[in-house]
Amino acid sequence: MSQYYTATDHFVLVPAIMLALFGCAILLFDFWVFPEPKQRKWLLAFLALGEAFAGYGLWQQHTYIAGQGIAELTAFQGSLVVDGFSLFFNWMFIAAASIVALMSYRYLEVEGEHHGEYYSLILLAQCGMYFLASGADLITLFVGLELMALCFYIMVGFLRSDKRSNEAAMKYLLLGGFSSGFLAYGFSLLYGLSGSTKLSEIGVAIARRDPADPVLLLAMVTTTVGLLFKISAVPFHMWAPDAYEGAPTTVTAYLSVGSKAASIAFLLRIFLGPLASARAAWEPLLVFAAIASLTVGNLAAISQHNIKRLLAYSSISHAGYMLLGLVAGNETGIKGVAVYVLVYTFTNLGVFLVIVALRREGLVGDNIDDLAGLMHKSPGYALLMLICLLSLAGIPPTAGFIGKYYIFLSLIQAGRYVLAAAAALYVAVAIYYYFRIVRSMFMSDAEDAGAMETTFGVRVAAALTGLGTLGIGIFPEPFLRFAGQSLIR
Amino acid sequence: MNFLELIWLIPLFPLFGAATMLLVGRKLDPQAASEVAVAPGVEPAAAGSGHEHGHGGGAKFLISLFCPGMVLLSFLLSAAAVFQLSSLPEKTHQVIQFTWLAGQPFHMAGGGMATFAADWGFLLDPLSSVMILVVTGIGFLIHVYSIGYMAHDGGYYRFFGYLNLFVFFMLMLVLANNYALLFVGWEGVGLCSYLLIGFYFHKKSAGDAGKKAFIVNRIGDAGFLMGMLLMLATVGSVRFVDVNQALTSGRFHPEIAGFGVLSAMALLLFIGATGKSAQVPLYVWLPDAMEGPTPVSALIHAATMVTAGVYMVARSNALFALTPETSLIVAVVGAFTAILAASIALVQNDIKRVLAYSTVSQLGFMFMAAGVGAYWVAIFHLFTHAFFKALLFLGSGSVIHAMSGEQDMRGMGGLKDKIPVTFRTMFIGSVAIAGIPGLAGFFSKDEILWQVFSSPLGSKSVYVVGIVTAAMTAFYMWRLMFMTFYGASRADARTQAHVHESPKTMTVPLMTLAAGSVLAGWIGVPKLWSVFPEGFRTFEHWLEPVFEASAARAVAHGVAHHDTSIEWLLMGLSVAIAVAGILTARHLYLIRPGLPDAIRKASGPLYDTLLNKWYVDELYDFLFVNGLSKGGGALLSRFDASVVDGGVNGAGWMTRFTSRVSIWWDTWIIDGGIRLASFLVKCSSYPVRIFQTGYVQSYALVFVAGVAGFLLYFGMR
Repeated sequence: MSQYYTATDHFVLVPAIMLALFGCAILLFDFWVFPEPKQRKWLLAFLALGEAFAGYGLWQQHTYIAGQGIAELTAFQGSLVVDGFSLFFNWMFIAAASIVALMSYRYLEVEGEHHGEYYSLILLAQCGMYFLASGADLITLFVGLELMALCFYIMVGFLRSDKRSNEAAMKYLLLGGFSSGFLAYGFSLLYGLSGSTKLSEIGVAIARRDPADPVLLLAMVTTTVGLLFKISAVPFHMWAPDAYEGAPTTVTAYLSVGSKAASIAFLLRIFLGPLASARAAWEPLLVFAAIASLTVGNLAAISQHNIKRLLAYSSISHAGYMLLGLVAGNETGIKGVAVYVLVYTFTNLGVFLVIVALRREGLVGDNIDDLAGLMHKSPGYALLMLICLLSLAGIPPTAGFIGKYYIFLSLIQAGRYVLAAAAALYVAVAIYYYFRIVRSMFMSDAEDAGAMETTFGVRVAAALTGLGTLGIGIFPEPFLRFAGQSLIR
Repeated sequence: MNFLELIWLIPLFPLFGAATMLLVGRKLDPQAASEVAVAPGVEPAAAGSGHEHGHGGGAKFLISLFCPGMVLLSFLLSAAAVFQLSSLPEKTHQVIQFTWLAGQPFHMAGGGMATFAADWGFLLDPLSSVMILVVTGIGFLIHVYSIGYMAHDGGYYRFFGYLNLFVFFMLMLVLANNYALLFVGWEGVGLCSYLLIGFYFHKKSAGDAGKKAFIVNRIGDAGFLMGMLLMLATVGSVRFVDVNQALTSGRFHPEIAGFGVLSAMALLLFIGATGKSAQVPLYVWLPDAMEGPTPVSALIHAATMVTAGVYMVARSNALFALTPETSLIVAVVGAFTAILAASIALVQNDIKRVLAYSTVSQLGFMFMAAGVGAYWVAIFHLFTHAFFKALLFLGSGSVIHAMSGEQDMRGMGGLKDKIPVTFRTMFIGSVAIAGIPGLAGFFSKDEILWQVFSSPLGSKSVYVVGIVTAAMTAFYMWRLMFMTFYGASRADARTQAHVHESPKTMTVPLMTLAAGSVLAGWIGVPKLWSVFPEGFRTFEHWLEPVFEASAARAVAHGVAHHDTSIEWLLMGLSVAIAVAGILTARHLYLIRPGLPDAIRKASGPLYDTLLNKWYVDELYDFLFVNGLSKGGGALLSRFDASVVDGGVNGAGWMTRFTSRVSIWWDTWIIDGGIRLASFLVKCSSYPVRIFQTGYVQSYALVFVAGVAGFLLYFGMR
């Protein structure tokens, strides 16, 4: 037994086990333990318990690694790895999933689709993310990706009676399957080239090959395509606006931060691991994808009236910034990507939280005009929205500035002045559409006088995202150090 | 008590005020509930005079005490700290609270390693002490004024909250000890300016003006950010002290001829300054910013925020000293802005717009001084200008208040005896800005003109532009005075019956500022007036340590010697030209009021060009804003009107021919052009729509096209 499942294996797997266990438990016991709709709030407590157990496991890993002074801890013959990188991302997933769960409760009640499965899907998707951040083997990574993606397909279509939600789920499923096909093809070629599914061994094999080898290039292109799809980079972004718009807003929030962060982790693992030696080949592709994402994302966002769609395009442009950090490739750049993802997680959750809080009987709240006069109705949420939008636009002293700053700095240090200038110019474009929302909130009258109905959970989530966005901006140092430890060596 | 260690507290008072107002102010202000219902069609909602704290009740009174009180606390603390600073031998004091941003060591552009760090730190030196005293001192007076001015407006708490927030960011800007933290304040004041310009959000023009200000400023900000990053890559630090030390250490050679990395850095920073300080080509937002409440125009768009660019250039004087070519650009842009804005101000009829263009013009003067290396004079003019321009704006606010919201000077006149306090204080302000000896404006402006003339970096042609602008300044200011206060009233009877002097909260700040406009100049008396002891030249000596670096370079240039008789002559000339400007205005608008119309008719298109602000807004609309759609149409139809119609009137036989041409022109060029332009706009801002059809098949098609493109890239390589 022990040679297949050692104590180390178990230690590394604990957080994932906890997530899966609690996820399945909610699925199994929801019906007969909490039959009354009112009792569903216990599910939230149950989910919090699951996150706490997962967090405890993660904390033990954290202290063990720090205590032993080792860079990484591998398990399952090198299929899973715990290092600063995986810990950084997994902490972020815990934060994201918890905040999303907090804001979901009332929203789903208003939508009339409040079911226990929702919470188990959050946990199971997070379990998939765990494997994306910790996986060091093609199979493990692929299974993790599919676990996460399948949960999201269901969650995007969670509003069964809403046509848009169903349509979005179907589109996302079809295109997601399409891209997974490419990814699987790329993975099979990588396996064929190296005879192994372990990232480290693939890296050694690829470094030995001729960089212009057509099979290698084909493997690289198909893998890249699959990864770019997941982070919704142009030209593989087409699913994002429809999926973001149609999905329940809380799911959009989770999709935009959780799925994106996990996919960035996956992408960094692949590009800085096995494909690191082929940098000359993939760099132009990423430069193209980054600039195209910035262009399409920012320009298309200008003409949107639906705020979820606008944020989808904004999210596409943010993917462009993240890619630029990878393009710069120096230490500042990689650290910049990690910081950017962290910042983006809190900020975007804050923005979506305000939209979620707006939702009530008779008001969808996803149109820019629905935000009109928010400053007069509930100044607290208007301020949260303002802070988060400033952060998305990259204006100090909010966190977004720190993220953009490191990306620009890395580009300048790498001597990529043209890219830095282009990226800086798109910040100016982005101001335009973010401030359309601000203008609507602060400078127009409310169209309806209905007050916002919020719950304790939503308020807690609002405080968390607001503090995160401002806190990282004003005291970035601990977060920067944390991100610095996450570098893949 | 050591106030110098407490300078980090200075910005925190107004921040506390702003946070309180924006978080709980709504509950305090009884009017807030009905705020949405109050629609101020005219700017200060015209209501009767006398009841200063009228119906607002105790809560409003509390806000009126609290917010100005916070700024007053900042002012007192600043004054105490500056007083202690003056007794230090070093005259600089840094308080670094913690490292705000820190990075790994990296290779700089020129080789060598540097570690990037930006502090959350504050620097009090002679330059920043002048700035904080202006910001908190004048800021406090304007807060007091606002108590009376905004008494009848909805959103009282919101206004004071934004105003306090502005003061906080402005203090961060001037107290920061590095460029990165300065940038925090820089962006923050932009945000507050945006919020306050759009304060009357019911007016569409107010919202548009706010947006315009913000977007134009962002163009400048991009320059600033890139300049800062370039500085980091070249010098290895963004802390003022380190940068100055590196630049003066001899590690960098002055770029006397040609354009190197230092010039690029200086130019990028200057682009940032042109945005914030409304210089050509980014000045267009400031006149529109007058949509905001008048106290905002006085505080943000005259006395403080717009001078941030001048402050930043002065702060970077060591850099500009190494790049004389860039300095020349600064001087030329300043001179060009000064004369362009002054020429527009000559014919404007809106009282606030005249003052807005005057501000742009005076900022041009400051850049002129900075460009020729006379940084202390630039700051001196900033200092005196803050007094008299704030006074003039607040005075104009008092006039507008008295006239029930009327801003057009053609509807005023004869207010001299009806609102005597406003008249007398504005009289002092106008004398001061015109440059009559003895008042603040004379000392600083004359010093600028002299420096432009005599400095080795200066030039005679820039001097000529300066002196012409000075004449225009005297003329347009006194045109404003004569149209507003003298002659017979042109207002309708109802407005006339309503004219009243403003409450005490408004007139006391006016009188204080008027006293400042008289006295502020006396700390910078020209060297020529040797009767006065050195004590009267405190300002220059106080700032000397800050501008040591640039002064040393100027000495290296060799100081040109001029005869004192030339200086006397030029001083006489500038006084004469100021008097001439005032007398011309008097002749045209008081003695022979019919003459301006005759001149307008005679000058024709020139007058219209000035009235329409040289069509710069239209040009920008045409080039950038509407992507050829709106502005293009306007320009083309104007061409149509003047060229084509001119032909029609000029020669009868050509009528039919030209009308046919005109129709052809309309149909094919104008309509066609507009259609083409709107098509282009759609193409650029809706590019995705073409593919974002909603059909999943077309999504997959784009996906495959992307893959094919990637593969093709390698195939072609």
